[in-house]
Amino acid sequence: MADRFPSPFEIEAPDGADGWQELYSYSAVFSRERRDYEDGGFWFHDGVHWPEALTPWDAGVFEVAIASLGQYNTRHYLVPPAYGVDFRILNGYAYLSPVPAPEGDIESRVPHFMERAGYYFANWDRLYDDWLVKVRALVQQMSELDFSPLPEMEDMDVITSGAGRGSGDRLLSTYHRLLDHVVTLWQHHFEFLNLGYAAYLDFFGFCKAAFPSIPDLAIAKMVAGVDVDLFKPDDHLKSLARLAVSSSIDDRFDGGSPDEVWAKLGTDEAGRAWIAEWDKAAEPWFNFSTGSGFYHSDKIWIQNLEVPLGYITDYIVKVKEGVDLNRPVEKLHAERDRVASEYRELLDSDDDRETFDGKLGLSRTVFPYVENHNFYVEHWAHSVIWRKMRELGDVLKDAGFIAETDDVFMFRRSELVEVLFDLYAGWAVGAPSRGPALWPQQIERRHAIHNTLKGWSAPPALGVPPEVVTEPFTVMLWGITSDSVSAWLNTGSDSDDGSLSGFAASPGLVEGPARVIFSADQISEIEDGEILVAPLTAPSWAPVFGKIKATVTDVGGMMSHAAIVCREYGLPAVTGTAFGTKNITTGQLIRVDGNTGTVTILEG
Amino acid sequence: MTECPSVLPFGNLAAEFHPQVGGKCASLGVMIQAGLPVPPGFAITTHAFAEAGEASGLMPRISELLAQTDITDSAALEAAAAQAREMVTSWKLLDEHQNLLDQNYAELCELVGIPDVPVAVRSSATSEDSPDASFAGEHDTYLWVCGIDNVRQKVRECWASLFTERAIVYRAEMGYPHDEVDMAVAVQKMVKPRSAGVAFTLDPTNGDRSGICIDAAWGFGEGVVSGDVTPDNFLVDKVMWSINRRTISPKTHAHLLVASDNGAHPTVGRVELPAEQVHAPSLTDEEIVAVARLARTAEKHYGSPQDIEWAVDEDLPPGENVVLLQARPETVWSKKHHAVSGKKDPMASIVDTLVNPLSARKGAATG
Repeated sequence: MADRFPSPFEIEAPDGADGWQELYSYSAVFSRERRDYEDGGFWFHDGVHWPEALTPWDAGVFEVAIASLGQYNTRHYLVPPAYGVDFRILNGYAYLSPVPAPEGDIESRVPHFMERAGYYFANWDRLYDDWLVKVRALVQQMSELDFSPLPEMEDMDVITSGAGRGSGDRLLSTYHRLLDHVVTLWQHHFEFLNLGYAAYLDFFGFCKAAFPSIPDLAIAKMVAGVDVDLFKPDDHLKSLARLAVSSSIDDRFDGGSPDEVWAKLGTDEAGRAWIAEWDKAAEPWFNFSTGSGFYHSDKIWIQNLEVPLGYITDYIVKVKEGVDLNRPVEKLHAERDRVASEYRELLDSDDDRETFDGKLGLSRTVFPYVENHNFYVEHWAHSVIWRKMRELGDVLKDAGFIAETDDVFMFRRSELVEVLFDLYAGWAVGAPSRGPALWPQQIERRHAIHNTLKGWSAPPALGVPPEVVTEPFTVMLWGITSDSVSAWLNTGSDSDDGSLSGFAASPGLVEGPARVIFSADQISEIEDGEILVAPLTAPSWAPVFGKIKATVTDVGGMMSHAAIVCREYGLPAVTGTAFGTKNITTGQLIRVDGNTGTVTILEG
Repeated sequence: MTECPSVLPFGNLAAEFHPQVGGKCASLGVMIQAGLPVPPGFAITTHAFAEAGEASGLMPRISELLAQTDITDSAALEAAAAQAREMVTSWKLLDEHQNLLDQNYAELCELVGIPDVPVAVRSSATSEDSPDASFAGEHDTYLWVCGIDNVRQKVRECWASLFTERAIVYRAEMGYPHDEVDMAVAVQKMVKPRSAGVAFTLDPTNGDRSGICIDAAWGFGEGVVSGDVTPDNFLVDKVMWSINRRTISPKTHAHLLVASDNGAHPTVGRVELPAEQVHAPSLTDEEIVAVARLARTAEKHYGSPQDIEWAVDEDLPPGENVVLLQARPETVWSKKHHAVSGKKDPMASIVDTLVNPLSARKGAATG
């Protein structure tokens, strides 16, 4: 077994991707100027959030997000042992490295943490209510950003109002505002998250001390919410399916294009009533991405109606078969309470029960944020950001800077400031900008590089692993433990008996044919009774969980989406196998043991 | 008060009958009524014993014989005890009691669908298992008794086991008169165990009350109990019912039924196992959880951690085949108080968790 992962400096660019560094910020790539630091660190690929090679602009969001995470640990709450998480991009893939607080500083950070985090815990509900207001207002402001094209001449009222500024100014400042909003959004994202996880980890630690063998998922189950905003998009699809059947218009959802379906619905009162219900649900709940939400290319329901309509069509079939689509909310609540009260009962003393109640209570207080922020930030707000960027892309396309709208994502975020100035200056001067002569070829080359990077297989980790992985957020958020690190080190060198190990994320044991899915575009390939094998799953995949028998993911821990949803649906899940999609092929018969966290390839 | 029949199924054992059926039968009755799946059977009351003894007219002679024996003289004791037992073995059940016995045995055969069903015939002394007198194991048990003639014979032998040397000495020491002894007998369907073993309603490695720890091996549980076989080990969570630990041990041999040469009933013997059984789990996942649920039911019923013996009966259909053979209180961990260390102040506790994450203090909880 190797004792370290490859150095980031040993990793070569894949053939055809030379010069890939040009796609990303200079500070986000491994650099020789700080080689000692980078070579000695432990860097793991964040496949939970960024499984695929990043385009330049999406990479900018990645940088903003991770910097914001660190800021709260390091500068706001002074989490005693943990600074932030450093970030790099290698061959297009996101790598992270937890930064510990210097040993000597830990103690002096404690009183600050007690005071600052203590304030948040003590005022959680009020602050969370405020948060919802803040984030909704921010999304509203982003939605109102105006990226309309530069006019041939300014409107007369610009003259008569004495505005003294014009559309070029507006275009430049609007882009700056969008960038600012992205930063603010991510500031908001981490306002609560690390604290939420800290409270949960504390409850987790107490349960493990009281019951050394308690399954992780039992602890998660005691805390997890049932009426979670993340389930609302899927709940709305089900309601719409039921409405279609109850108002006898279900025959209009027969697989035609969304336009055809809408045309048929528009012909009578019942159909129009259905559309009105759809519109009510769509904002905001169908601002829902088919992926993690971190890629502009992830399909968003509201812009890809064939996705939600496909799910509704499937649900209509089930409604007509008499299948009860409702999540058994009451049963889930009862089960959650049963689990908590039975463990509580098994504690040894009233003192312990009091401590248990306190920690469980705090965890349940923080969990709505932990579960719901994902919808507001990664799905809703990001949907708006990608939409606005496409409006900007249309402007650049019209001006001949790029060939396709989505080419706008092939610019780095800071580079676009210069590009827009070039566009503005050409418009202002009335002379040709340089862009149209320069960028189309450059973008084409970047596409070629990016396509090459997409086919590259990122190693799970780089550099020198720590002796034990103790950094609490790394364990919690990314499911990285000493065990998973040593499993990664082992693989490839010796055993390949066809078995994989990961987190026992949801209990049960099943066998069945595998269906390996790399992205949301392949969801329609999944057939009833198959076992889903994917890098990770996303909230908008909810409807597939009614079809499959179990889930295996490459990345993620006990709190990953796949883990949460499979527990909800009563399906076995093994998460964080690292090599699931690499070692398993579609059609192979596999056994998923969600009790022990092992996946065995039986035949195929 | 309802009159107690002299022979009655365990399931019909009302609490008021307990004095007439002895500790073992009473406990079987309680367990059945608590919904615990113990193998079916019936009790023969002390009343049947007393009337048979009275009818024989031999009790005064036994009393006199023992009174004259110097129990410190082992040769004399052995001879007197043997003579007393021979006399008791000659006793006959009164007709009405014998009819009831025959009828109950026939009904048992019918219930399990096996003619001459093999049964265990066990002594159930009235003082046995009482808090101040530990008679457990003082009297005899006969396994694999088949057919009504043999059952009748073994019932008499159980009675006679009141006069083993050990029992006589024990009574003498405790100051119990020999002519006031009582004996009830339990007749219980003999389990034909495909697998058997023990279970604790806590994890004996660390006292974790949320775990049910199961030791299991092929065949009879004797190998597990005596430590003669390395059993499979499973740990089941008693809230989630997930199997959290699973150790499959090489089980090179087992205690199994073996045919006797002389055409007598089979006996239990130590047998080498074929290769395919050595490394195979001795319980299916469903059975593991069924054993755990059984143990948990016993724990809840008795209100304290239990140490049980169980078996998977080949004669019974899946889903009903896991049976409870014995339940007694677990005594090692139950008496220890192990409060969870940890800071009660929530913020102090969170700091502690962050500074000393669980992954860095592995084993701390098991110390």
